[in-house]
Amino acid sequence: MALLEVDDLSVTFARRGQRTVRAVDGVSFSVDAGEVVGLVGESGCGKSVTSLAIMGLLPKQPGLRVGGKAVFDGTDLLQLDDRSRRDIRGRDIAMIFQDPLSSLNPVVPIGVQVTEVLTRHRGMKGEAATKEAAQLLDRVGIPDPRRRLKEYPHQLSGGMRQRALIAMAVACQPRLLIADEPTTALDVTIQAQILELLKELVRDSGTALMMITHDLGVVAGLCDTVNVLYAGRVVETARRRPLFREPRHPYTVGLLGSVPRLDSGRGERLNPIPGSVRDVLPWPEGCAFAPRCTRRVDECVGEPPQLVLAHDGRSYRCVNPAPVPGATQAEAEDLYRATPTGDDAVAAVPTAAEPGSVPAQAVPTDPPAPPGLGSREEESS
Amino acid sequence: MTITTGKKREKLDRLSELAARQDEQGVSVWQEAFRRLRRNPAAIVGAVIFALFVVVALVGPFLVPYSPTDTIGIREGLIRPGVIPGIDGDHWLGYDHQGRDEFSRLIVGARQTLLVGVVATLIGLAIGALIGGVAGTAAGLGGRWGRWIDSTLMRFIDMLLAMPSLLLAVSIAALLGPSLITVMIAVGVVSVPVFARLLRGSMISQSNSDYVLAATALGVKKSKIALTHVVPNSLAPVIVQATLTLATAIIEAAALSFLGLGNQNSAIPEWGVMLAEAQPYLGVRPGLAIYPAVAIIITALGFTLLGEAMREALDPKLRK
Repeated sequence: MALLEVDDLSVTFARRGQRTVRAVDGVSFSVDAGEVVGLVGESGCGKSVTSLAIMGLLPKQPGLRVGGKAVFDGTDLLQLDDRSRRDIRGRDIAMIFQDPLSSLNPVVPIGVQVTEVLTRHRGMKGEAATKEAAQLLDRVGIPDPRRRLKEYPHQLSGGMRQRALIAMAVACQPRLLIADEPTTALDVTIQAQILELLKELVRDSGTALMMITHDLGVVAGLCDTVNVLYAGRVVETARRRPLFREPRHPYTVGLLGSVPRLDSGRGERLNPIPGSVRDVLPWPEGCAFAPRCTRRVDECVGEPPQLVLAHDGRSYRCVNPAPVPGATQAEAEDLYRATPTGDDAVAAVPTAAEPGSVPAQAVPTDPPAPPGLGSREEESS
Repeated sequence: MTITTGKKREKLDRLSELAARQDEQGVSVWQEAFRRLRRNPAAIVGAVIFALFVVVALVGPFLVPYSPTDTIGIREGLIRPGVIPGIDGDHWLGYDHQGRDEFSRLIVGARQTLLVGVVATLIGLAIGALIGGVAGTAAGLGGRWGRWIDSTLMRFIDMLLAMPSLLLAVSIAALLGPSLITVMIAVGVVSVPVFARLLRGSMISQSNSDYVLAATALGVKKSKIALTHVVPNSLAPVIVQATLTLATAIIEAAALSFLGLGNQNSAIPEWGVMLAEAQPYLGVRPGLAIYPAVAIIITALGFTLLGEAMREALDPKLRK
């Protein structure tokens, strides 16, 4: 049984006189103990709302409706009353936010903010709490912790602030850590350090980590399992390597293809996904990605695409998925069935450009070239 | 990344503790603001006026050359109808209409003026912050009761705010009967809505901030968040407003005294009363009105300069 089982989670914001917004529209995924799960997607796809809904942190307002289930260790988080929810927050599930500066109280020293958690959940006070706080800061790699405890957030560097926030989050050794774009506000070298720290914490303490990000580099470096979100639904779920090697959903293909690469030629242009997130089709009317999809077929519109379960636990929501390199779609499926050990078998398949035998599709003008899958293999392995 | 274990770590810990003690231990937002305040010339001018005023108010009455109630001019026959002697060597600002030393009265009057300003501001600050704090907390906690408490308190504040402040003050003074305490209460009540709205608005905007969300995500109780996170962050504009209110309180108190609603005991001089008393003699000795007026203006200017400088120093947007 998974540690966190999110089942058909939906969040809608209804405002009088305005269109009802379905921010999250039936998201399902699970997080096992000790696992790092990525939630990937571009802005506005419902990543953050999903995490806030799980934590029960969505601002209470009339018109907000949260549906579905989020079962954590046998209890449905969405059904909890405020008190027990507060007890779980920080102790069993903790969260790391995007902007470390604004997530720390500017007028209170770091030490007070760290000990606050210790007092709340572990009943520690006075010198014992201070000592534990110093140890926590040391554990997340803040040098000179005793001194830092007395400092204010504005005296710390961005990386150190994020470390302090991580220290607060892991203070009670939670079983699940939710990181909402923890590296977005940091510069690249610090990003790498913070990711390394998160990796270390997960490895040492067996904490499960739910990583919300739009950065595929973060995913490649950290996640075991990846859920790709689009317009409030999971469109593809896969282990990290298969996802990077042979993405099936055209959206995933587009995401991977639009990452700028150091090894691409100088004059080469980026391959963005055409259109923007606003060009969505409501899910009940078909595939939300269809208006921007290069592999669109007639079946995409009309009814929502069903989740297709592939052999090794990966799944995608597409009627015309990207073919596995070097084989037609049907052949690829056969290949899967023949060699259920996925990874190695597929890695042996020679990579090639898009095969000729692609089913008829309504290709818009100037479709982006398929991503260079061959070179990506080295990156992900 | 975690470097050390055992003995070495203990040693490092002790060293860092030592360093922390010798070092400046964390510069808070307030200390930082004070630093910036010191670099602002307007703040220096304001602070000097403020300090001077306070010193004069505190020790002035012990140093004045003449008693403020001694009618020297009448005793010596200097005051006749239509004649009020002006400045001479012994009486730096001349005599008032009852032959009392004007300079002494002005100095002694500073104490009354400061008392009225401070007490009135404190009344306004206390009541206003209480109402605003309760409303802000209630709004932050949400729920039906929270919203109800918040909007009830705020409608009451709106009612106070809808009345012209001087009219409100005059009505209160009329109800309570003219006295110095009346002036304090009236001026204080007039400034209540400003403080209440300011603190409530500030608290609501702070409770939407990320660190409140982060604290909530760590399971901290809402009431504790309100007290330890929201209130300290919301106080800066209120403190600035208190300094500015001190200036307006002095002016308003003078206005009420001028209207005859203030101190009735002319033995204790007060700038507003002095201004009112000088009115019939404007043609004879305009100085009698000018001196207290200038004193009021300089004091109010000092407070305003200081308040504005504090606002700038505490504004996070202007922080480098």
